[in-house]
Amino acid sequence: MGRKRRKGIDPDISQKRGSEPLRRTSDGRSSESAPGCRFDPILKRRRAEWLTSLPTLTWLGLFVVVPTVLVFVIAFRPANPYGGIGGGWTLDTIRSLWTPSYLAIAWRTLWISLLTTVICLVLAVPSGYSIARASEKWRGRLLMLVIIPFWTSFLVRVFAWKSLLHPEGLIKKALEALGLVGTATTLLYNPTAVVLVMVYTFLPFTILPIYAAAEKFDFRLVEAARDLGASSAQAFRRVFLPGISRGLLTAFLVVFIPALGSYIIPDLVGGPSGEMLGNKIAQRVFTDRNLPHASALSAVLVLAVLAPLIAVLALQRKAKKSDIIMGEAP
Amino acid sequence: MAEFLEFRGVSKRFGAVQAVNDVSLEIKKGEFFSLLGPSGCGKTTMLRLAAGFEEPDAGRVFLDGRDITGLPPDKRKVNTIFQSYALFPHMTVRDNIAFGLIIAKRPKAEIRDEVDRMLELIRMADQAAKKPDQLSGGQKQRVAVARALINRPDVLLLDEPLAALDLKLRQKMLIELDLIHDQVGITFLYVTHDQAEAMSLSDRIAVMDGGRIEQVGAPAEIYESPRTSFVAAFIGDTNFLEGRVEACPDREYCRLAIAGLPGIHCFNDKSLQPGQPIYLSIRPEKIHISRERPEEKPQRNYLPAVIEDVIYLGSNTKYWVRAGGYRIQVFRQHARYFLDEKPLRWKDEAWIWWHADDGFMLDHFRKADEDLLAVPPQSVGEPLNGK
Repeated sequence: MGRKRRKGIDPDISQKRGSEPLRRTSDGRSSESAPGCRFDPILKRRRAEWLTSLPTLTWLGLFVVVPTVLVFVIAFRPANPYGGIGGGWTLDTIRSLWTPSYLAIAWRTLWISLLTTVICLVLAVPSGYSIARASEKWRGRLLMLVIIPFWTSFLVRVFAWKSLLHPEGLIKKALEALGLVGTATTLLYNPTAVVLVMVYTFLPFTILPIYAAAEKFDFRLVEAARDLGASSAQAFRRVFLPGISRGLLTAFLVVFIPALGSYIIPDLVGGPSGEMLGNKIAQRVFTDRNLPHASALSAVLVLAVLAPLIAVLALQRKAKKSDIIMGEAP
Repeated sequence: MAEFLEFRGVSKRFGAVQAVNDVSLEIKKGEFFSLLGPSGCGKTTMLRLAAGFEEPDAGRVFLDGRDITGLPPDKRKVNTIFQSYALFPHMTVRDNIAFGLIIAKRPKAEIRDEVDRMLELIRMADQAAKKPDQLSGGQKQRVAVARALINRPDVLLLDEPLAALDLKLRQKMLIELDLIHDQVGITFLYVTHDQAEAMSLSDRIAVMDGGRIEQVGAPAEIYESPRTSFVAAFIGDTNFLEGRVEACPDREYCRLAIAGLPGIHCFNDKSLQPGQPIYLSIRPEKIHISRERPEEKPQRNYLPAVIEDVIYLGSNTKYWVRAGGYRIQVFRQHARYFLDEKPLRWKDEAWIWWHADDGFMLDHFRKADEDLLAVPPQSVGEPLNGK
């Protein structure tokens, strides 16, 4: 019964569940009754699915998979003095990454990204919540406000921050006038400036998925929790947050992964103390002209990005599976 | 028993809509009390005012002698069963039921025992590990009941809890709710638009319309002596005839002047005076119908009639007849069915009669209920009042 119910709710699962047993039987009999297979509507549909996704797959293969594989391959090649790639294979480049200076930058990349993500989530949850609860008229306006920054070039906006945080800039002068900072304090070229601008940049990307989840959330559940004795904070934590968990997860990934690979923001407002892995890779390519070294760094970064993604996907699949198993239990 | 949950002069407005308009209502301890009315009559707002989801613009709400106006929902010893059940989708049945006790930080062992007891009460001990989306409608409903009752509220508020269920299940849950009310003995405030639900469950009913209470009373009282035309028309079916009091030969009965229907008598329970305009209401099941002319008796009103429509409903038949120019509906219960009986058919001539005690007079009539009047100018097959 649980399974039937699920079908109605999640077409994705039902489709898979519905087609799998059928496919198995047709595969099993393919040796005996091959002609029957040709007109199997499921196989036919599969072929159609392949055809329609072919352009996307080609694109992804050419511009994502092949370059990534190349980066991984080059990481194991020696560099030559002319900025090219030498012959043979070597592990020296990978080994050379294990130095305190790189580890410090890797660590900084990680904590800046995590801190940015956490701040974004903390700011976005109340924003998404209040946009979802706003009246129809206001919802559109508020969403518009979230989207408006996208109309200005990203680079221009980061430059704007640079001038705002500049020793002669508006924010610095205002804080000085209020006596909150001394004249010696610099707001620019440090990790704090990087985090500030990254939060600014990624906040809309966090608000949107959280708003989408909150908008679908049934707020009567919050009422039910309040009715059962929960304070508004308890209802928020125990009912609302679990209710928008998918949105939170999306928001996390959408910020954390690009943050790990960010280059422009630390380059413009970070200074030497705010450098991240992205800056190091650029330096290896443009300043040192050492492609294997840059590739090795990139490979590490790609793995660092993929690891949380794969972990999350695996967790989700596990959760889904256990749900289905429970649904089938009598 | 004294009043337990009390609304005193409560009003609530949403924008241009006056949802609740100066309502005073007292509900006794242990009572099964229903708020009955059409959608938009303000009954759900009353419930939300009791739960604390809304605050009244004017008036106060009292619970057990304490003013609870302004208290947030979590500070009121009142729990709600929502129409949509509002079960927490990410929690199991057990965790849903335990929610109130977990929030109240009760000891683990106690929570486990209490939840087990509740699962026993709703007969779902074997479903405790399921998530709400694996349950049927009836099961969800029972979990919602258990989740609310486990907090031992002073008042249980039920917001159309059976509306989402199909007929058979609704009848079953109706009995179950009644049993639960008997077992736990707490006050139930039940909101519904379904008169059958309200009638069968309630100790008392308040009929609401347009943000006001039209009448409060026991189910039989509401049905048999409605105070307003709205109540008469909303609860069950009825025929309305417009006229005035002609004479009151004795203290109990008076003769009415209704155009086209001379000499109708009615019990005068409102001590109306001759000359006063009235509306006579007669329930269709109180009217007898037969081919033979009935015996003449004092206080018996009888009229010749022509059958215009016959609607066979199994346990009874509904006749639309024309008498004195009025279209009147009559129910006939099939106590015994004779195969050789010559049934009344379309265009047959027949007699209808009812006792003067079975009609009741309303001294005023709301403009909005005018289309409920049995008006003359209609022919067979023509829709009622051009609707």
